[in-house]
Amino acid sequence: MITLEKVRQRAESDAKTYGYYLNPDAKFLQDLLEGLKSNEERHGYPACPCRLASGKLEIDRDIICPCDYRDPDVAEFGTCYCALYVRKDVFEGKIPVQPVPERRPLGKQTRSYTVAPTTSEKKPEPSTAVAKEPTEIKKKLWYCRQCGYVVFREDPPYICPICKAKREMFAEIAVRIDETG
Amino acid sequence: MEKIPGKNRKDKVFLYALSTCAWCKMTKQFLKDNDVEFEYVDVDKCEDEDLDKIKKEILGKGGSLSYPVIIVNDKTLINGFRKDKIKETLGI
Repeated sequence: MITLEKVRQRAESDAKTYGYYLNPDAKFLQDLLEGLKSNEERHGYPACPCRLASGKLEIDRDIICPCDYRDPDVAEFGTCYCALYVRKDVFEGKIPVQPVPERRPLGKQTRSYTVAPTTSEKKPEPSTAVAKEPTEIKKKLWYCRQCGYVVFREDPPYICPICKAKREMFAEIAVRIDETG
Repeated sequence: MEKIPGKNRKDKVFLYALSTCAWCKMTKQFLKDNDVEFEYVDVDKCEDEDLDKIKKEILGKGGSLSYPVIIVNDKTLINGFRKDKIKETLGI
């Protein structure tokens, strides 16, 4: 079972790694951590507490905390969408915490409104989960042209997690399967 | 749907929220502190068939699927806990 302390430690350690801080408002931070905890209990992964998760891993992958949008949001607005992670100047109170506009594309948001939530469903085995991926999500191989990091997902990341290169540095790896051998 | 009673019933205030969202919690508290009567629905606890209706209603009113969604008198929609905008709209 996931504890609130574990959720807090994970967020603290991640903030440290990336040079961010956690929200300085203790009550607000507590609410966010509790939200993450309940999403992890409901869905099996810590989906963003301030977004509607579908309960389907493949659909929610980009909003699992830390979400895909955190780095560009912290860079532009000083906090991520839910305001769990904040920049140093926000942490020090030099800039107020404000609601951040949603960066997640509408097409991805609306997927949560059409699929059944998994709260009452049994969690699928990892092997069947892969086989049952929704067909509309086309995953591709992307590589970072700066450091060579390779990722298999729908879109390239906003920022390379290894060398911090921007999304523009990612290129698709074209895969050709030759069935004739 | 939950109804939170309040002495200020000048406007019909409706809130779409998420039970896990800290901004939504803050919005509910802000309305309570100002004694504004309001109704709310936690969208993450809704039935599947209602989600599509909620999506259409929010988008149809020109809003985005970003919570909290505050709807005043069935027409003015405010996305996010924007205190100044809420105060201005409700005259509080």
